[in-house]
Amino acid sequence: MPSGFNFDFVVGHFNTVTYVVLMMIGFYAMTGKTNLVKKLVGMNIFQWSIILFVVSLAAKRGATIPIALGGHASLDGGTALDAAQYVNPLPHVLMLTAIVVGVAITGVALALLLRIYRRYGTLEEDELLERIRHS
Amino acid sequence: MNVQQSAIPVLVVLIPLVTSLVLPVLGWWYRPAVFPVALAGLAVTCGTAIIAAYTVVVGGPLHYYLGGWAPPWGIEFRIDSLSVLMLVLLTVITLLIGIYSKHSVLKEIPSKEVPFYTVYLLLVTGLAGLVSTADMFNLYVFLEITSLTSYALVSLGGGAAVVSAFRYVILGTVGAAFYLLAVGYLYSMTGTLNMADLARILPGLYSSTTVLVGFAFFVIGVSIKMALFPMHSWLPGAYSDAPSAVSALIAATTTKVAAYVLIRVMFFVFEPRFSIDVIPVTTVLAWMGSIAMILGSVMAIGQHDFKRMLAYSSVAQIGYIVLGVGLANEMGFTGGVLHIVNHAFMKGGLFLVAGAIVYRTGVREIRGFRNLSGKMPVTAATFTLCAFAMVGIPPTGGFFSKLYLILGAINAGQWVFVAVIVLSSVLALAYLFNVLRFMYFPRDIPLDPEAHPSPSDTITRDEAPWTMLGPMIAVAAGIVLLGLFNGEIVRRFIEPVIPVGLGR
Repeated sequence: MPSGFNFDFVVGHFNTVTYVVLMMIGFYAMTGKTNLVKKLVGMNIFQWSIILFVVSLAAKRGATIPIALGGHASLDGGTALDAAQYVNPLPHVLMLTAIVVGVAITGVALALLLRIYRRYGTLEEDELLERIRHS
Repeated sequence: MNVQQSAIPVLVVLIPLVTSLVLPVLGWWYRPAVFPVALAGLAVTCGTAIIAAYTVVVGGPLHYYLGGWAPPWGIEFRIDSLSVLMLVLLTVITLLIGIYSKHSVLKEIPSKEVPFYTVYLLLVTGLAGLVSTADMFNLYVFLEITSLTSYALVSLGGGAAVVSAFRYVILGTVGAAFYLLAVGYLYSMTGTLNMADLARILPGLYSSTTVLVGFAFFVIGVSIKMALFPMHSWLPGAYSDAPSAVSALIAATTTKVAAYVLIRVMFFVFEPRFSIDVIPVTTVLAWMGSIAMILGSVMAIGQHDFKRMLAYSSVAQIGYIVLGVGLANEMGFTGGVLHIVNHAFMKGGLFLVAGAIVYRTGVREIRGFRNLSGKMPVTAATFTLCAFAMVGIPPTGGFFSKLYLILGAINAGQWVFVAVIVLSSVLALAYLFNVLRFMYFPRDIPLDPEAHPSPSDTITRDEAPWTMLGPMIAVAAGIVLLGLFNGEIVRRFIEPVIPVGLGR
């Protein structure tokens, strides 16, 4: 183990490490690749890494899905639910919206790629720039 | 605390939304009705915004709890005098460009008016939502509605517009993703998304690394959205390749609301002292803004294409707004907000002029504008007025926002920013007066044999149609009115919301 490498930190921040690695993969694809479809895939990885991260924030050790244990009967008694028993449902709901937004963006981007291909006959960025210059 | 509840904050979002949903059905049934209905939707939205402005000025901020759920549990819509200023600005601009777009769209993107106006109204929905929501995640959704519709509208232009739009998609999404990440970080620390609630909880957490990282991601994300140098690379292509009406629309609105979001979160969700003392974001922003002002103007001087020149000039003008925010005192804040309003009118007006010239002559090269003042006098006059405002000649609005910025820089003791503002104005003079020279005094310029055939070849008076001239004249009048009534605007809309804790 190299000095200065804090293994416990990596394990303790597993979700953070994962999202940063995924995000960098996406970032590499967006900047390093010349194919526009690969750029789009990179953009998607970039987005999903953040969505995964925010969902991971909801997790609690030993907690269950956010549905009242014991059904409605447990609510009728007028007792407050113990929040520590359930994972936080809000990040999931927010990310569901973010996923919908992401799908819409992917759709628009794919439609644009289709039109780029029809017009210029290529999706490689260097060839594309060449053809724009000559048109 | 007595909270003034009203449905207006949510109505300004719902009216354009419902209109945009009606339009495709209408277009399928009776196509000529699409434009009047879209225009009616825009007009009603504008009217609602003006009523909101009156109510807010008289009675203070308006609140609306969506679904009856009180904050912090439910989504709150809230407009105070800063958001109502933006709301009136956006709805007036979108209404004027809506009128203008009729002939422009018929000529440039024929047979696409149904999708065009549907997306147009959706864009207005996003813009209105952005300024009236009081919920961080809701803001993300509206930010993405605004961006998605801008991508679609930009791609309608011919030529390389699709490629520019794709570039815009990639960068815009990265910006939004950073914003989302910031929301995630802030939520993980505070457990709330409501802006007022965040503002209550956050001061105790200012030393937390998570909050600092979240704030950093927020600033970068929003900077991409508003094309702050050096994150502006999507802007020139998107503005210059889009159809004329769209260029005017997005130049006047999308980057401005991003600047509004920056101000809203930096000064109202966080306290000013956080971005001044805890991490010196304001200092960084002031310098970034200064670099944008100089380099944007220099790049604009080097352009031959009129619309591309205006796009680079937008990069410079965003710099002014960011500098105002970065000065972090009352004068700078006032100047920054006032410049959002002024620049929306000035740059909107300039792109409308560009659109009218393209409509009549098809010329976009500045060299091709020879003798344009004879052929299109009203268009040339509007350009002159907008150019004066851009440079900052009184009594146009541009003069006063620059004045506030300069006073802010002096109050902050930062003389270098005074120099930057003056230098950038001189550079603006250079690129705008070059155009004026071609329009009004072409005889002094030696004839370039390679120049495009210019309007001077057939010098007959041939103005753009009235539906295009009307909005242009209205924008020009707006620029003068903004200048004459700047004191009133500052006193009624900006002063009540100057955040506590800013320096003088």
